[in-house]
Amino acid sequence: MKKLAVLIALFGILSMACAGIAAGPGAPSAANPPKPANPDLILATTTSTQDSGLLDVIIPMFEQQTGYKVKTIAVGTGAAMTMGERGEADVLLVHAPDSEVKFVKDGHGINRQLVMHNDFIIVGPAADSAKIKGVKTAKEALQKIAGAKAVFISRGDNSGTEQLEKKIWKLTGIDPANQSWYQQTGQGMGATLNVASDKAAYTISDRATYLATKSRTSLDILVEGDKDLVNIYHVMQVNPQKSAKINADGAKAFVDFMVSKSTQDTVAKFGVDKFGQALFFADAGKDETKLGQ
Amino acid sequence: MDLIWEGISQAFWLLIRGDPEVVRVTLLTLQVSGSATLLSVLIGIPLGTVLALTRFPGRSLAISLVNTGMGLPPVVVGLFVAVMLWRNGPFGFFGIMYSPLAMVIAQVVIAGPLVTGLTTAAIQQLPPMLRLQIEALGASRWQMVLLLMREAKLPLLAALIAGFGGVVSEIGASMMVGGNILGQTRVLTTATAMEVSKGNFGLAMALGIILLVVAYLVNLVFTMAQQRGRPQP
Repeated sequence: MKKLAVLIALFGILSMACAGIAAGPGAPSAANPPKPANPDLILATTTSTQDSGLLDVIIPMFEQQTGYKVKTIAVGTGAAMTMGERGEADVLLVHAPDSEVKFVKDGHGINRQLVMHNDFIIVGPAADSAKIKGVKTAKEALQKIAGAKAVFISRGDNSGTEQLEKKIWKLTGIDPANQSWYQQTGQGMGATLNVASDKAAYTISDRATYLATKSRTSLDILVEGDKDLVNIYHVMQVNPQKSAKINADGAKAFVDFMVSKSTQDTVAKFGVDKFGQALFFADAGKDETKLGQ
Repeated sequence: MDLIWEGISQAFWLLIRGDPEVVRVTLLTLQVSGSATLLSVLIGIPLGTVLALTRFPGRSLAISLVNTGMGLPPVVVGLFVAVMLWRNGPFGFFGIMYSPLAMVIAQVVIAGPLVTGLTTAAIQQLPPMLRLQIEALGASRWQMVLLLMREAKLPLLAALIAGFGGVVSEIGASMMVGGNILGQTRVLTTATAMEVSKGNFGLAMALGIILLVVAYLVNLVFTMAQQRGRPQP
């Protein structure tokens, strides 16, 4: 019994020792960033910004410049907006323009600003059994996939990507739900691309995640360049009137940071060194309706 | 297959080089799961002993609830704790959502029933005559409890090992209440899931291997303590 007690005590000391060491390198090493009154800022965003590696670059920049400590919660756009609606996040970086407009109109969000865009692409196996390669529009491509009953993998997680996919299905006039060739993963983009690759199936992906995971999948870009496939990211503050706990100052600082010149330059260059091409086009201050044309 | 070799060699180099990010994530994993196991033992062993040794109305119900708790799905625990700790939730005023402390709380909810249930079973499997014998020798109530616990040392350490194993390997609760935040709440399991999602299977495999090595080393210490005290036949 004594030994057990000693062991438990040792275990406790070990845990605390780890705590001490863990706290060490975690301390900010930046040269005196400003000290905001309420430094904790919750950013709810999409998996694509995290999986592409963009956040790993820009969040430390923001923290160093402003002194805020960002808690980044990477979920689908749907979940991110629900967090905002419930006042559980301070600022959102998302990519589902139609839902966002409604979000702002319903009084959940303010100060919505265009940040960047890239594009969605329709990817699939090189064999391309539905013969969609070179088709001009996404609508036509999905019609051909449905016509051939070729397996199509959907995110199925209410993410921005899935919302766009649904919009295009609507254009085709086909309801793919309950079709045996239409399968939903309920997972993030990276995982969904793996599933599609494994099943030699078609899917819609944002270009950034596709490029970031390309070395591990055997999927080719089959359709691109349609104006319906533009993927637009906005940043916005959660309406601080929803709850006194929302960090409005921090959220405003983040919005300002995302559209600032230095951040926009970083976004425009992101990915060039690793993939040979930029993953995003920086768009702050541009006219949204002219993107992708 | 190439991924397994890539994972092993990458794990090796990450450990040799002492990659600061990996070291931090590994230490946080030990800190969070270690504290959660410690708290679970401090709560679970006394509670399990009480359930084993006392008789009160509703005791069977309590034991069956604890036994059900031994199989709580971590993601459900995570959701429940998250709803409690959200800013606008009942305990939001603590402001501990997305912190290591929130992860410890969720993990105690997972490991607590494991330790309690296994403690109850450990004490109950002792020969009933033993208790009578200890009482007959004039032991006080506390002396008796301590003697019984000592007799049950092997299964009690097994309870500790099960508790640690349960929390160090879970991902659902840590992801939900921790948020997998770089430098704050990222632990080995959530980092592995994220790297899988990014398509970095080699790195994910390496993190998984590091988790296995760490879990092995911790369990080696427990097992040595457990087996050393094994009664000789």
